[in-house]
Amino acid sequence: MAHAHNDHSEIQILPPDKAKIRKIWMTTLYLGLATGIEFIAAFTMSAGPVKTILFVLLTFFKTFYIVGEFMHLKYEVKMLIWSIVMPVTFICWFIGAMLTEGHSVEVLRDWVQTWYTNMIQK
Amino acid sequence: MATTAATVSDKNLWKGGVEPLKASYGKLMMWFFLLSDALTFSGLLVTYGFSRFSHPTNAAQTVFSAKYWPLPEKVFTHIPFTHMPAPLVFVGIMTFILIMSSVTMVLAVEAGHRMDKAAVQKWMLWTILGGFAFLGCQAWEWTIFITGSEKGLIEEGIQIIGANLKGNEYGPVLFANLFFFITGFHGTHVLSGVLINILVFYNVSIGTYERIGHYEMVEKVGLYWHFVDLVWVFVFTFFYLV
Repeated sequence: MAHAHNDHSEIQILPPDKAKIRKIWMTTLYLGLATGIEFIAAFTMSAGPVKTILFVLLTFFKTFYIVGEFMHLKYEVKMLIWSIVMPVTFICWFIGAMLTEGHSVEVLRDWVQTWYTNMIQK
Repeated sequence: MATTAATVSDKNLWKGGVEPLKASYGKLMMWFFLLSDALTFSGLLVTYGFSRFSHPTNAAQTVFSAKYWPLPEKVFTHIPFTHMPAPLVFVGIMTFILIMSSVTMVLAVEAGHRMDKAAVQKWMLWTILGGFAFLGCQAWEWTIFITGSEKGLIEEGIQIIGANLKGNEYGPVLFANLFFFITGFHGTHVLSGVLINILVFYNVSIGTYERIGHYEMVEKVGLYWHFVDLVWVFVFTFFYLV
């Protein structure tokens, strides 16, 4: 590397890093497999918590490989990793809060509807 | 200071003479931009979750109704050039295209580390091609969704054909709105990614990065491109599959 900086007129092209390229294709394989499993599960499993949890886990698995390997975050200094990951954890709270709230809206909508119908019938 | 100087090459030093978090200024700012973008996208996807949870669903859905939140696998069943119903297959193909273009991007970054201009050009071109292929698929997907079926949905004597921001034959209007906003916002990111990729490809070709002495710009645009791919992974799971 040092040569390339000192000598601009002569660019030294290094040979492909076999190990690195192999790792890239292995990561691709894992991502493909995870997507494949998701795709099969979408049609073979019946809707329910098990299916949802499987999807969430596989999505996290893919996130880990895309961010860790492709975006190289795994190899950055610890402080950089944490300053990206920590703020993201707040989203988990956001999801939980909003799904609970959404469910509440549905329950209350039914309740209000029933109450209203009963009132008219009386 | 002596140890810092030994491990950090001069080009990476910021104007203050140090290199915070051992990352260049551009890369670090790209990370923080992506973090803020992740919050925006999670806002959109969480809105989808909220809307879905606040509407009744019908697990054994056979016909669409404006009352029930539709099951995505019943909505997105079309693939171009055929008439057989193939739920989610087209979206699966789109996911594959985007993941592959992410792979060619990493290969471009790897080639950049080796100062191999020809290889960087080759992989950047594949990435750009993947981006265009994805955008084409998305345009097709939108067209199918907007055009709708022949009969459409007849509810309370009113016929609705296709989907737009005011009507939706597949379910609540909100479903159509969120589809357009989420996939549209993502598609805009892909489009800008493709444009930046083209710009970087041009700079690679005229030898700008060879002159500077490193291909860090390829890495930075790579970070953005992988992020766009990652967002699609989330859209694929939480909009189409769940």
